[in-house]
Amino acid sequence: MLRLALLLCLVALPLRAEDIVLGLSSDRVRITATFEGSEILVFGAIKREAPIPEEPLDVVVAIAGPSKPLVVRRKERVLGIWANTDAVGIDSAPSFYAVATTGPMEQVLSNVEDLRHKVSIGRAIRSVGAPGNVADAQAFTEALIRIRRNNGAYQMLEGEVVLDEQTLFRTEIGLPANLTEGEYQTRIFLTRGGNVISQFETVIDVRKVGLERWLYTLSRQQPLAYGLLSLAIAIAAGWGASAAFRMLRQGG
Amino acid sequence: MQIYLPIAEVSVNAFLLLGLGGLVGVLSGMFGVGGGFLMTPLLFFIGVSPAVAVATGAAQIVASSFSGLLAHLRKKTVDLRMGTVLLIGGLAGAGAGVFVFNYLKSLGQVDLLVTLCYVVFLGVIGAMMLIESLRAIRRARKGGPISRRKKHNWVHGLPMKMRFRTSGLYISVIPPLLVGLAVGVLAAIMGVGGGFIMVPAMIYLLGMPTKVVVGTSLFQIIFVTAFTTLLHATTNFTVDIALAVMLLVGGVIGAQFGTQIGMRMKAEQLRVLLALMVLTVCSKLALDLLIEPSELYSITAAGGL
Repeated sequence: MLRLALLLCLVALPLRAEDIVLGLSSDRVRITATFEGSEILVFGAIKREAPIPEEPLDVVVAIAGPSKPLVVRRKERVLGIWANTDAVGIDSAPSFYAVATTGPMEQVLSNVEDLRHKVSIGRAIRSVGAPGNVADAQAFTEALIRIRRNNGAYQMLEGEVVLDEQTLFRTEIGLPANLTEGEYQTRIFLTRGGNVISQFETVIDVRKVGLERWLYTLSRQQPLAYGLLSLAIAIAAGWGASAAFRMLRQGG
Repeated sequence: MQIYLPIAEVSVNAFLLLGLGGLVGVLSGMFGVGGGFLMTPLLFFIGVSPAVAVATGAAQIVASSFSGLLAHLRKKTVDLRMGTVLLIGGLAGAGAGVFVFNYLKSLGQVDLLVTLCYVVFLGVIGAMMLIESLRAIRRARKGGPISRRKKHNWVHGLPMKMRFRTSGLYISVIPPLLVGLAVGVLAAIMGVGGGFIMVPAMIYLLGMPTKVVVGTSLFQIIFVTAFTTLLHATTNFTVDIALAVMLLVGGVIGAQFGTQIGMRMKAEQLRVLLALMVLTVCSKLALDLLIEPSELYSITAAGGL
């Protein structure tokens, strides 16, 4: 009986009844010298060949910035001053992460599905094993999430996705000014009763452009040239400003 | 107007940076100090990471000292020979300083090191300046005689003597090398020029004539901080040129006003003010170490370097 059910599932999977047609206000974010953050409008429609099922539909949108290994450190009082003592390495944490849903997280996505697709903020962070000397490694992961939620890098936007007539959905996600560049994986899930019935993935490209791009690349690839250039520019700027000021005073 | 700093990867208000540069510029013009020791802590306060603040501070000092050195070279008040000896010590010190800086960065203790260095140095120097200038004010009121410094001290007994014609000295090269070394280490760790250590050391320890002291120290500072900038740029990638330029432009303009204000005040009063300001910055940094921070955890990229 169980085997039959599994088989049915496998057969049923490719025949998705509902598909996502997605639109993005922009699939590219340019970080320029005056970049102040950006709003991305994620919108789309659900394409289906069958009539709308009885059970209500939910939509989950997740945008994840490039992941990097991190170290979280904790301060403790040592000889009267607050100094970093314990450290826990996090194997991989996205630099930016936003989840927007049509309703409360526990209702729109079951725990099992969350575990499988790694959707909620806690699941998006991967940390394998803590050093033996730290007993409460969980506190470090929680601190990471807390700090990044406070500065807007991690966002939990429950109920922020608007769904019209079970067909049209849209949400706006604000990207903060201090973005890391890279490919931002954008995933959209359709769920019914907590189970994912369809998903769609795309990439938003976040890049420094122009002068920002050029300076950044130079500083990483030819640091010596960048250092010399910095000195030259700094000297020129300092000298130029004082010369300009002198002229201004003599003129006036 | 927000400006995105390409290396620091933060977005800050351009006018805040210009203002900060201007404020430090006014103070450095008023008191005739480089201002690096105030600029770096102020950058911490606005959220620039210590690594970027120190490295960028070094670049900014090179630039702001440049026109000063040119003026001294024209007046021939630079002892190039002494400057070179100080510089050799300084380069070695800067190398060692950047090494220590990077090592502690990998341990996650660099913020603590930089802050501790600031607290200790600002505290000691601020206290010394305050006591000294208060004494000078009291002496000036009494009208008593000014004590003359000794011409000979232990420094003159060391081997490896060398003649420094411009300074009119014939002394061992060991003390200037050590002074240079100490200043180089400070430049690398604290992002300061180190004039506030070097100038007193040159006058009281080496016995150099006051008129060549400032020019010679500028000569050493420019090359040592330039070297530090390059070391930070190549090993840490933490020199933010956009930040440096913003601070510089503000700084140069501020310095012009500062000089005007400084000329209208008495030297002793200025010194008391400077001492109080140094002590204020010092106590703010010290409090940050002593008071329990609101967030005990901090995040850094793995691998550090």
